[in-house]
Parts: sequence; C-alpha cells; structure tokens
Amino acid sequence: MKNAMLLFSIKGLLRDRSRSLFPILMVSAGAFLCVCLHSSMKGTVTDMVDSAARFDTGHVKIMTRVYNELADQMPNDLALMGVGNLLEKLKRKHPDMIWTPRIKFGGLLDIPDENGLTRTQGPVFGIGVDMSARHSPDTKILNLEKALVRGRMPGHKTEILISDSFARKLDLKIGETATLLGSTMYGATTTYNFKVAGTVRFGMTPLDRSTMIADIDDVRMALDMADSAGEIMGYTNDMLYDDKRMTGIADAFNRDFADPDDEFEPVMQSLGEQGMMRDLLRLVNVMVAIVVSIFVFAMSVVLWNAGLMNGIRRYGEIGVRLAMGESKGGLYRSMIVESVCIGIAGSALGTAAGLAVSYWLQQNGIDFSSMMQKSAILRSSVWRAQVTSVSYYIGFLPGVFASVIGTMFAGIGIYRRQTSQLFRELEV
Amino acid sequence: MKNNQIISIENVIKRFPMGKGEFTALDGVDLTFGKGEFAGFVGPSGSGKTTLLNVIGSLDTPTQGKATVLGQSVGDLSEKNAARLRNEHLGFIFQTYNLLPVYTVFENVEFPLLLLKMPAADRGKAVLDALEWVGLSDKEKSKPAQLSGGECQRVAIARAMVKKPKIVLADEPTANLDAKNSHRILQTMETLNAELQTTFLFATHDDKVIRYLHRKITLEDGRVAGDEV
Ligand SMILES: Nc1ncnc2c1ncn2[C@@H]1O[C@H](COP(=O)(O)OP(=O)(O)OP(=O)(O)O)[C@@H](O)[C@H]1O
Ligand SMILES: [Mg+2]
Repeated sequence: MKNAMLLFSIKGLLRDRSRSLFPILMVSAGAFLCVCLHSSMKGTVTDMVDSAARFDTGHVKIMTRVYNELADQMPNDLALMGVGNLLEKLKRKHPDMIWTPRIKFGGLLDIPDENGLTRTQGPVFGIGVDMSARHSPDTKILNLEKALVRGRMPGHKTEILISDSFARKLDLKIGETATLLGSTMYGATTTYNFKVAGTVRFGMTPLDRSTMIADIDDVRMALDMADSAGEIMGYTNDMLYDDKRMTGIADAFNRDFADPDDEFEPVMQSLGEQGMMRDLLRLVNVMVAIVVSIFVFAMSVVLWNAGLMNGIRRYGEIGVRLAMGESKGGLYRSMIVESVCIGIAGSALGTAAGLAVSYWLQQNGIDFSSMMQKSAILRSSVWRAQVTSVSYYIGFLPGVFASVIGTMFAGIGIYRRQTSQLFRELEV
Repeated sequence: MKNNQIISIENVIKRFPMGKGEFTALDGVDLTFGKGEFAGFVGPSGSGKTTLLNVIGSLDTPTQGKATVLGQSVGDLSEKNAARLRNEHLGFIFQTYNLLPVYTVFENVEFPLLLLKMPAADRGKAVLDALEWVGLSDKEKSKPAQLSGGECQRVAIARAMVKKPKIVLADEPTANLDAKNSHRILQTMETLNAELQTTFLFATHDDKVIRYLHRKITLEDGRVAGDEV
C-alpha cells in the first residue's frame, strides 16, 4: 500500500511542473557545476603532476643524498657515478619500468660570429637527455618531437634543441653553432661547441625561456661526467603515477643503500615525496570538498526558498491532506520522498550534462598559452579536464542533499503551524 | 446520555491570542449530536461556526472544556491519533472545494482510501460508487479545472463520503454555488444521510442550506443562542 501512496506522490510531481521542473533544473545546474568543477580541478592537478613527473620529479627519482639536498643548485660535482651499472640493476629488478638518466646543468650559451667572437650570450638551463636510441624513451617522455617548432630532432653528435623564444632572443638560426661555457664535474671551466638542430616549445613557461636539450653523452663529454648522471628517473610503462606503489619501490631501494655515512650513496624518492607534490594533491582534494560544500549550502538555500514558495502554493493541498487524516509526519515524509526523487532526477540530468562537457574538455582541452606568460609553475598551457569515477557521483551529493535539506527546512513550517491555522491560510 | 450519541461538547471555550490579550471565539458551548443527524450551525459572521467545526473535526483543540468525538476526547489526542480519527471516521467538505488540481476526479476521490491503505481493487469500486452517488460517473478522468463549480463540490462530497465516514463536516459548502447546484448537492447529502446514517454537520448562513437542516443551532458571539429541530 505504501507503493500506492508513493506512486500517487510521483504522479503529482510529474504533472505539476512548478513542483518538478524548476527544482530539477536547479538541482541539475548545481550537479552540473560540481561535476565540471571536479573534473577540471582533477584535470589541472593530473596535468601538473604529469608535467612535474616528466620534466622534474619522475615517478621516482634517484640522486645522491647530497645532490638531493642541494638539488636546486644542480650540483653536478655531487652527481651519481657508475650509472651504467646502476641502470642495469634497476632494469633487471623493475623490468616493467622505464629508467633513464639525466643531467641538469647551468651555464652560459655563447653565440660566436663568423670571426669566432661573441655575437650574443645568455644564461642557459640545460638538460642532458638520453637521445642515443632512435626511439629513446626519454624523447617520448619529454614529448620532444611534439615540442619541435623549427628544424628537426638531433641526429648527430653535438646537435641540440633549444627553446624557440631563447633562439629568437639570441637571433640563433638552425644549424648555427652555440658554445656552452660551464664547469665540469670537477670544478674546471669548460667550453663545448654544440650545433642547433631545432627549436622547441613545451607550453610550459619555465622550460620555454632559456632551455637547451642535448644528448646526455655530449653533456658527459662537455662536463667531464663519464658514466655519471645527476639524476636517474623512473617511470611506469603506462606513465600513470601510483603513489603507493612508487613510494614502496623507493623504500625498498633505499633499504639496499642504507649506509648513513656515505653521502654519495643513491637515494630514491617517489614523486609524492618530492617537494610539495603530496601537499598539493591534498590541498586540491580539500579545495574540491570546500567548493562542493559551498554548492550544497547555496543550492539548499535556493531550494529551501523554492520549497517555501511551493509550500505556500500547496497550503491547499497540505490542508486537505491533513483534513483527510494524513498525519503531519506522513505529509512531511512524503515531501522528503518527493525531494529525494527530484534530487536524484536533477542530479542525474546535471551529471550527464557535466560529464559530457568534461569529456569534451578532456579530449580537446583549451589552450591558455597566451594567458600564462609569467607562470612559474610547471604545467602545460593546454588545460584539460579529467573525468574520474568520482565525477560520476560527486554531482549527486550536492544534488540530493540540497534538495532534501531545502525541503526539510521548508517543511518545518508545517510542523510549527496549528493544523487549523493551515486551514485559515488556505481559505483566504 | 442517549445511546447513539457520537459527539458531545461540554462547556467548550476556545480562545485565540490576539495582540496582547485574547479573543474568545467559543464561550462555553454545550451540545450533543446523535448518529445520523443532519444539523447545522448558523449565525452571523464571526460567531464561531468554523471554530466549532474545527474543534469537532480535531483540527483544533478546545482551550477549556471537553469535546468528545466517537468516544475520543479531542483535546487529549496526539497529533497522530487526531489524524487517525480524521482518517477513519471524518469527512470534510470546504467552501473552496480544495480538490488537488493535478489529479483526476478519480484520483482525488481515491486519495482518502490510499491513506486508509485499502487494497487497489476495493478502492476502485468504492470510488466508482461514490462518483455514482454524486452523479459524476462520466467525469472520472477529468481534471478539476475542467469541471464547473457545482461539479467540483460534488467531487468534494464524493471524496468526503467515499470512505463512508461516521461524520461529515461541511463548512459553507454552497457559498460558491448557484441555487440549482446548491439544491443538487444538498439533496445528494440528504440521500446519503438517509441511506448510510452518516451524521452531517454544517456551518452556514445560506438560507437554502438552512431549509434542509433537520436541526438548526444558532451561534452568537461564541455561545449557543438557539437550538431548534
Ligand atoms: N486562529 C485564529 N486567531 C485569532 N482569531 C481567530 C482565529 N480563528 C478564528 N478567530 C476569530 O474567532 C472568531 C470566530 O471565527 P470563525 O471563523 O469561527 O467565525 P465564523 O462563524 O465561521 O464566521 P464566518 O461566517 O465569517 O465564516 C472570529 O472573530 C475570528 O476572527
Ligand atoms: Mg466560517
């Protein structure tokens, strides 16, 4: 019999647009915003994590203990030695991961004129990358081919890529020579001639200012770093970061190299353990929670108001139902049931729309490069959303809550009024 | 007390808060009603007719005194038990029909039976019977907006009568009806009163209604000023 009553309520809901359509649209708007918001924040974070992993932190990264402490200064005198051996071991132990060495270095890039004198000069941030193999994994990890603006990928010894804007600033043409003035692993000054094969733009401001990318073997020659590397990066094959797994791998690695006195011993850190990545991830979750709560609150207020107006419109119905012997509790419950139905219907609608938009943003993205010139954060300038399993239900939280809470507040009026008072109001 | 007495009002006083003081709407009413009465409260506007009907209908409670309906003291009932009393034994008819606009005639009349948790098959039959009493069998699928005022009030009567309540309370049921329709619904109610022994209590100042009453109780300033059969 309970069902007959429920059916009766739902019939009424469907037929009375002002009771269903407006609240459903309200709820779906809120759910829509929540879904879009969640997936876009998720997309932003994932993108930041992914960019950081590719260019800076790896999924795990190995450095010497001292290098790690001074990493900002790119202290190549503290770099890892015997890298070939270490790489062999790592590849054997974790064949399902990509291991690749890198050397970061700073210096001056000097562009000579035809007489060999300095034409222009500028400070440069360099990355030595394993580009030896035709399809070296690191070329892909850094998206070098995609980032290419002019020229071609380095194919011969001493060929390098350089930031497109840097090349323009230095008036450097493809095929020209650029001399690196730097210091070797042992502190000696060194000069080394490179040849510009192409220019790149990553869409990440810090990398697009004055970067050169060279093959790690050339960098080893230039800086006297045979069989050394500042960092060894480790990535999962699918390039998806799994904090638990990576931290586990790092812990296991560090147990094997646990000599506290040897400060040149390698240490491995997962992405989450580096810098503020983990805090950042937490922060974003907190922000999503806060924003969703604000939505729930705001929508509750709006729906409460709608519920109140509806309640006034429905005094007639309420009075009649009370007169016919429905108890106030029963009436209240049936209004709550209605609001749950509305909440679910609205949330489903809004979530569907939100997912559609989010999927579109995930596939296509929006290019913000022109607006991000000054950004110092490592993230790509094409902004994308990311749909996760949470996207499917997050809209239902505010949707159903707001609808029910709004109705609960509105319905309190029924309790507070004398039954006869409801009649007096409905008779006017 | 008479054996078939179903309503007794003993020295009922009803006061409403008004401004700083109080307003006495019912001022010591003593009345009893037996099964099958066809009675009405008459009197000038503001004399307390609606208030008295509300007390009898357990929509309101007396400030003082005792109102007993079907053996239950209205002032002592919980909200839930008052609802049950209304649900099982009382039918209401209002001046402004108060049909539920989004539901069909059939569904409007069916509603009290849903509250009574009556099985579907029994409901259907009871609704059709009730619509036949008021002569609206052909309108069961119509919405209230498609009906005339008189038809709406007949639906309201069917709705009040469908569960065959012991008592029907009708507050100004003819106020919005023309003479012809007023007579129609009064005849309908008279017939139902005779056939089902339902007690009818009216609040009215409509002469057309008053002529049908078997007992006329005159209220003045919240007091019983006359009680004629
Ligand atoms: N809830 C209330 N609060 C304050 N005063 C009230 C309330 N209900 C009724 N009254 C007062 O009680 C008096 C009697 O009201 P009631 O509605 O019973 O009159 P009535 O006889 O039905 O009048 P009418 O013929 O106009 O319908 C009126 O003066 C009214 O103002
Ligand atoms: Mg009245």
